[in-house]
Formats: sequence, C-alpha cells, structure tokens
Amino acid sequence: MDARGLAGLLAPVLPARGVITDPTQLRTYSCDGLALYKVTPALVVIPETAEQVAAVVRACAEHDIPFVARGSGTGLSGGALPHADGVLIVLSRMRAVLEIDRANQRAVVEPGVINLQLSALTRPEGYYFAPDPSSQQVCSIGGNVAENSGGAHCLKYGFTTGHVAGLELVTPAGELITLGGKAPDAPGYDLLGVVCGSEGTLGVATRVTVRLTRTPEAVETLLAGFPDTDSAGRAVSAVISAGVVPAAIEMMDALAIEAAEAAVACGYPQGAGAVLIVELDGPAAEVRHQFEQVTGMCEAAGATEIRIAADDAQRALFWKGRKSAFAAVGRISPDYIVQDGVIPRTALGPALRRIEQLASERGVRVANVFHAGDGNLHPLVLFDDAVPGEAERAEDVSGAIIDLCIELGGSITGEHGVGSDKAKHMPKMFTEDDLDTMQLLRCAFDPTSISNPGKIFPTPRLCGEVPRRAHAADGAHPLVEAGLADAF
Amino acid sequence: MTTTTDLLSRLTDATAGSAREGTDLDAVDGLRPRWVVSPADTEGVAAVLRTAHDEGLAVVPTGSGTKLGWGAPPQRLDILLQLGRLDALVDHAAGDLVAVVGAGRRLDDLQGDLSSAGQWLAVDPARRGTVGGLVATADTGPTRLVHGPVRDLVIGATVVRADGVVAHAGGRVVKNVAGYDLSKLLTGSFGTLGVLTQVAVRLHPVPEASRWVVVTVPSAQHARELVQGVVHSQLVMTGCELERPAGGVAQLAVRIDGIAAAVPARADAAVEMLGGGAEQLAQAPSWWGCDPGEDGDVRLKVTHEIASVDRLLAAVDDVSQQTGVPLDVRGSVGVGTVSVALRGRPDEAAVVAVVDGLRRRSPEVGGTVVVRDADPATRRRLDVWGPVGGLDLMRRVKDRLDPGRVLAPGRFVGGI
Ligand SMILES: Cc1cc2nc3c(=O)[nH]c(=O)nc-3n(C[C@H](O)[C@H](O)[C@H](O)COP(=O)(O)OP(=O)(O)OC[C@H]3O[C@@H](n4cnc5c(N)ncnc54)[C@H](O)[C@@H]3O)c2cc1C
Ligand SMILES: Cc1cc2nc3c(=O)[nH]c(=O)nc-3n(C[C@H](O)[C@H](O)[C@H](O)COP(=O)(O)OP(=O)(O)OC[C@H]3O[C@@H](n4cnc5c(N)ncnc54)[C@H](O)[C@@H]3O)c2cc1C
Repeated sequence: MDARGLAGLLAPVLPARGVITDPTQLRTYSCDGLALYKVTPALVVIPETAEQVAAVVRACAEHDIPFVARGSGTGLSGGALPHADGVLIVLSRMRAVLEIDRANQRAVVEPGVINLQLSALTRPEGYYFAPDPSSQQVCSIGGNVAENSGGAHCLKYGFTTGHVAGLELVTPAGELITLGGKAPDAPGYDLLGVVCGSEGTLGVATRVTVRLTRTPEAVETLLAGFPDTDSAGRAVSAVISAGVVPAAIEMMDALAIEAAEAAVACGYPQGAGAVLIVELDGPAAEVRHQFEQVTGMCEAAGATEIRIAADDAQRALFWKGRKSAFAAVGRISPDYIVQDGVIPRTALGPALRRIEQLASERGVRVANVFHAGDGNLHPLVLFDDAVPGEAERAEDVSGAIIDLCIELGGSITGEHGVGSDKAKHMPKMFTEDDLDTMQLLRCAFDPTSISNPGKIFPTPRLCGEVPRRAHAADGAHPLVEAGLADAF
Repeated sequence: MTTTTDLLSRLTDATAGSAREGTDLDAVDGLRPRWVVSPADTEGVAAVLRTAHDEGLAVVPTGSGTKLGWGAPPQRLDILLQLGRLDALVDHAAGDLVAVVGAGRRLDDLQGDLSSAGQWLAVDPARRGTVGGLVATADTGPTRLVHGPVRDLVIGATVVRADGVVAHAGGRVVKNVAGYDLSKLLTGSFGTLGVLTQVAVRLHPVPEASRWVVVTVPSAQHARELVQGVVHSQLVMTGCELERPAGGVAQLAVRIDGIAAAVPARADAAVEMLGGGAEQLAQAPSWWGCDPGEDGDVRLKVTHEIASVDRLLAAVDDVSQQTGVPLDVRGSVGVGTVSVALRGRPDEAAVVAVVDGLRRRSPEVGGTVVVRDADPATRRRLDVWGPVGGLDLMRRVKDRLDPGRVLAPGRFVGGI
C-alpha cells in the first residue's frame, strides 16, 4: 500500500478534517521556513491525541511508508520538508497545556504548544520557558525539542535540551514510550538527550515535560554603538574574561543596522559600525554592580555611545531591531540566504574579516547579526535573483562561510539544524566513522528508516549493514560504489 | 584458536608494552581480569577493543577506580582497561570557556589547571575520580542546581566503540546542533556503550565570593516549606542541600555565589528567609557534597520531585521503622536527588527490604531508587537499577553499538 492508500485506513482513527488528500491543500504544506525546497506530501494527517499519532506511525511502519512530523513549520533547514511518497504528521492541533506544576517548576504540554504562549501562561506565576528562539511567537515546543533550539538568552540559560525533563515519544515502530519525568536522572541511557536535536528522525514527541525558569529579580539592558565590529568584539571578550555571564550579548554590523533601521526605525546609534546589546539578569545587587562593570568595558573598548534601557518599553525597542533583523534585510535586498554557523567566540575578529573578504571577492554583500557570546553567526548573504549569476555567487559565499566555521573549529549549525539543507556539509565536520556511529543509533530507533528520511545524513545507510571498521584502504562506501547513493 | 600468550602479546603490542596479567588486586566486583592494559592514547584503546571484539572478550574501562562498584556486577571480565595514562590537558581555551581533556585526567588535577584562569568545571567538590569516570557515571554534587548535570557540561567527546572504531561526537563549541548528540548518550552509560578517551567540556568562571546559610529543620513538613520558599524566591542559590542523619538533627543549607560586593547582602536575605536561627558561614558545612554514612555502608541514590521532599522523608522514616535499619539522608533536595545510607551494617535481607520498601513508595514522590555502594554479592542479588522506562529501546541501542556485549556486560539497566 502507498501513502495515499493509508487515507482510507486512517480516516476512522483520526478526527474530522484530520486527513487531507486534496492536492491544493496538500501543497500548502510543501515547505517549512526554508522555502527554497518544496515537496508536496502524499498525505497530510492532523491528529489530536498521542494515540492517534501512534496509530498513524504504526500504519506507516506496517506498510513501510515514510513519515515526517511538522510543528509550526518555521524551521530554517528544511527539517519538516515533506516526503513525496510519505505522510506529513501535523501537530498543530495538539496545543493543550496539560499541567503547570509550579511547586515542581515543571509544565506538561502537548507538542504543538507555541513557545511564547507557555511563557505568557507561566509568567504570572513568576516563571517562564527559557529557550527563546526569535521565532518564539509561532514555533512549537515539539519543534524546539526536535531542533534543540536556542535563542539570545541561551548563553546563560542553555538550549532546549537543558529544559526538557521528560518526553512521551512515538517511536518509528509506533510504540508510545515515556522517557524521564518531573524528577531528574531516570536510570538508563539518556535517550531524552539524543532525541533532543534529532530533527524528527527518532520519532514523534507527543508530550513534553519542561523545566520552568524563575523570572529574574532584575534585568538591565544596554545598547552600545562602536566604530567597527573589532572594537565591539573587544568589549565582548573583556566581559567574558572578567567572569561576567550575561543573559545575552548580541552583535549587529553596519549593514544589519541599516536593514533594521529601514524596517522598524529602531533608532540605533547613528553611523555605528557595530552595535552590541548586552543584557544582564539576576539578583538586583549583583546585576547593578556587573552592569557598571560592563558599561566601563564597553567604554574602554571604544564605544561611541551607550544607552541604558530605563524601562521595559525601551528594552523592547532595543531588542526590536535585533529580533526583526532577518525579516528586515528584505528592505535592503530582494533576496537573501540566512546562514547559521558557529565559531569559537575568540575567533570572532578573524571570522568577520574573512567573511568580509569572501563577500567582496565574489561581489555580494553580507550582513552580520549574531549571538556574540557563544560565537553563533547568522550571516545574511544578500543577492538579487534577477541579476544573472548572483544567486550562485551568494550560494557560493554562504557555503564558504560554513567551510570557514569548520576550519576555525566550529560547527555547521548552532541552532537551525542540518535538515535537508546541510546534510551535504556533514561529512566536512564528521568522518565516515562518526556518521556511521550516529547511524547505528538511528537504526536502534528506526530500523527501516521511515522517520523523516533524507534529513541530517548525506548518504542513506541500510540498518542491516555491518558497521564499517576504520580503514582508509576500504575505499568508497558500498552504496556509492553500487551507484545507489552519492557521498557528496 | 588464539592462545592466551598470543593474546597477551597482541595486547602488549596494542598498548606499547602496557599489558600484564591480572591479579586479585585488579578484581572488579570479585571478578579477576585475565589482563590489565593501560594504553597511552586513543589508538591504543582502539587496538585493545579491536582485539577484544575479535576474540569475544569482555572489557571494563576504568579511570581512578573509585566507583567501579557502582551498577550491577559485570557478568564477565577479561580485560581491565585503565585510562589513567590518557591524562593530558589537551587544550584550555580560556577565552571560550572550554577545555579539552584526556578522559583519564583526574578532576582535582583539572580544576588545578583551570584555576589559574579563574575558571572551573562546575562539579564540586574536587575528588580524585577522572573526567571519564565522571562522565560515565554522570554524578555531580550540589552546584548542579545552577550549572546543570554533567550532560550539560559535556560538549564533545572522542569515543572508541566496542568494535574498536573511533568516533567523535559534538565538538568544541558550546552551541552546536550538527548531528546526534552522542556525548549525551555516553554520559551516564557506565562504560557499556563505548570508551571515552577525550572529552570537551564547558567551563564556568570561579565565583568571586561564596557564602553558605544553614538552618535546623524540625520536621519533614518544615523541610518542604523551606525548600519551596527558597526555590521560588529570588535568592538564586548555587546549591540547596539537606542533611538528615538517622536519629539526628536535620539541616538545610544553601550556597550563595557571586560578586564580593553583593554576596553578603544576599546571604543576609537568605538568613532572613530561612528564619529560625539560620546562620551564615564562610565555608561549606562539613557534610556538604560528601556521601552520607561511612565507607562500606550501603548507599542508595533516590530521586524525587522537589515538592515531594516531605513525602520522601516520611517514606524513609516508615521504611526505617519497618526494617529496623537507621537511614541517613543527604543530598540535593533543590534538584531532586539524594543519597540514602543504610547504617549499622544490615544483613542482605534487610538491605533488600529497605530497597523494596523505598521502591514501593517511589511513585508517591515521582522518583526512582538505584542501589549504589553495596558489596558485590548484594548487588548481584538485588535489581540495582529498578524499573526503567524505555528499556526495550535501550536494549536496541546496546545491541547496535555493542552487539558482541564486549563492554561491561550485565553492568547496566535490565542486564544490559
Ligand atoms: C524568523 C525566524 C527566526 C528564527 N529564530 C530562531 C532562533 O533564534 N533560534 C533557533 O533555534 N531557531 C530559530 N528559528 C528556526 C525555527 O523557528 C526553530 O527551529 C523551531 O524550533 C522550529 O519549530 P517548529 O514548530 O516551527 O518546527 P518545524 O519547522 O515544523 O519542524 C522542525 C523540525 O522538527 C521536527 N518536529 C516538529 N515537531 C516535532 C515533534 N513533535 N516530534 C518530533 N519532531 C518534530 C520536524 O520534523 C522538523 O525536522 C527561526 C525561524 C524563523 C522563521
Ligand atoms: C559531590 C560530588 C562531587 C564529585 N566530584 C567529583 C570530582 O571532583 N571528580 C570526579 O571525577 N568525579 C566527581 N564526582 C563524580 C563521581 O565521584 C564519579 O563517579 C567519579 O568521578 C568516578 O571516577 P573514576 O575515575 O574513579 O571512575 P571509575 O570508578 O574508574 O569508573 C566508574 C564507572 O565509569 C566507567 N568508566 C570510567 N572511565 C570511563 C571511560 N573513560 N569511558 C567509559 N567508561 C568509563 C567505569 O567502567 C565504571 O562503570 C562527584 C560526585 C559528587 C556527588
């Protein structure tokens, strides 16, 4: 049976309007936040309970049909890109906040719950959900778990994985299992830790127990203008080496500032070559003292102007320019690529210079807006698709930036994931043996490779294959030799 | 058939001469290894595991050997794989708050290396166990409340698989979502999935100042109120620990870290919040971060939901009364993990009764009971790990990564 054939089988199991077969409707699900790739799924299902998800996955397993989970579809790496012969499981109707357990600092939610909603609900109790991707108004907790999402504040508070205490998971065989819970350290392997960030390839999360974080007593935010990114980078280094751990340190370069101004008129310091947003939070006395220190360090590094947010409204204005930067570049360029790479923070200066060099060599512009505290770069490579050759040059620069990140000892992705987009880069960062080892784990969960196939890994591997032993002399992968796969 | 002398010479080659026959002194849980090897690098570890894999030998990795008696006794043991020579500080990137270190480096040594830069690996207090042992047992002390468990501190690892293949996971940057996070899988795996040879960890700045605030706790109910009071407050503690010796006076202590200019006032606030004769100390109380009981006592690791600390203490009292075994409780009640020591050297039947009794009550507190320190005979008799969620999946993971059951067979959950 093929995926379309499942429709009839699943209709009785799923709620009304829970099975979509209409071609026009199917097409609305053909991509996620990375619209570059589009695939129309064979079937879309919209379950309302974990049991329904399990029933769908069991049917897929039985008939060897691939499936892909989808939260809000904001992913930027094509992780929720559908499979043409597969089922897309849309989790947007599973939006119940099942429990807010303040006493235990936990909440239990369904996967479709929107990130910011959870914080909004728990803030009156003095709590919030710390991972704060810029897409937090729309992205789902399930998507956050699958991508191990980060945000501006993860420098201090860590990524999604540190805020997930338990999961209910439908395995690719269709079993409904529970990992972890409200208490820490459930005995056994840390499967929770590997499911977080596995981009939907190890099963579907149907319920998430999250850790809630106490809202801080005090928050102080400053915006500092610098003549260039080098001086701003010096300020960042000074802060980190002084042992201060800010809640966030974000940097934007001149082009990114220009874009933000054009879009939201955030009124950043005029003529600045770079701005830094530094936020400190914690006990009031601590924050006050450290804030003075940080202000002094910015001055010493050559800040031309320092503004301190007097209230929440002003803080929001500081952040507005930063948070809208991705969308804002549309104001200064018809097309752009958002890149996501990581370098060791201390390599910031050389990395930015090399990016600038790459850009000018190939005649494209790159705007930089990034999480300076942990070296997570988001170069925005600007181009005009109407100009012949420009898209290719932009692609080229974007790829070269990833190579640069690897060369500097960093990573090909800090928060957007590998998805469909970066699978080809994985062998640059990992050896064949590293990838085989990940594949062994995948096979333990998903022996027939039906859970979001084609994502993360550049070459499909068969779970029946014996893991290779490490010998360079072995030559090419058997699948490559047989002409069945491309090793990139 | 490979002979014993052949094997010794293969192991000797693999480890550049550091292989010998095992003695009684090398025994793990009463099992004397046939060989003891001490390779000097990852390649040596890989060569040992290739040999073991080819010959169907069982291997137990070890660092300092301080916790080799945790977990179920291994079913077989042919090679004791000592990692103490992999003790290099490979890199300390102070500006990035990252260190890369050989799995065999002792943590007290590592903390010494890092302290000159005003940094540390947020695991306290320093012991002589190795970084590899720390990661393999995933066990830390009080500061976990704010800095997170071991898995949050590990950002990358070099692992030798049971078949001798070397794999790398993660990297050396804090923020990284490329591929599966295999370092988390290895964290807490008790040497049953792979051998760690190198670990990349994230570091934290050493706090400028620290204070402890200690208060006497008259009842279980009171313990709950105090814990709830401090965790929901704005105190921002680095640790929140309870000490309740059997039949003795219970105490709660919190640690406040920060800048010298602010810590005393914050500690004053803690004194006020804890009330009832709370005291400020410049040093940790003597019991802080140490296991309860004495060497040789049976100890359990008991987890709970933080709001259930009163029910946990009540369950401990009931079980103690029913079995006649005095029970010390000490640990991170702000996190939800405590250690319970069985005093007075109870016999095996009494140990079993205590473990069963506490396991029966664990659903009330939402946690689990794991047996840690106990003699091998007792650990052989008991189900050390207790019930485990997702066990089938864990078995499949073990089957894929170590189909020949080379690595510490039987050590882990469900006989893995
Ligand atoms: C403007 C903008 C800004 C962004 N900023 C950030 C940022 O600051 N930080 C950051 O980390 N990301 C950011 N992102 C990326 C994206 O928002 C995150 O990756 C987010 O977590 C995706 O959530 P989602 O619900 O949209 O997931 P989707 O896009 O629907 O899916 C993402 C992946 O998760 C899988 N998945 C979804 N739900 C489940 C589930 N329940 N079980 C198993 N797998 C599942 C999918 O198969 C897919 O592989 C941004 C995106 C946009 C458009
Ligand atoms: C309050 C507190 C403070 C602590 N402080 C420290 C500290 O300062 N230093 C410290 O190291 N730990 C510390 N720990 C953790 C605890 O003591 C560890 O269990 C200990 O580190 C074990 O190290 P070891 O080298 O002696 O391991 P061993 O006793 O040799 O081994 C323990 C287990 O790990 C496995 N193992 C060991 N090395 C490896 C490896 N390289 N790869 C795979 N498996 C391996 C073994 O097979 C065995 O199952 C602390 C814990 C607490 C609660």
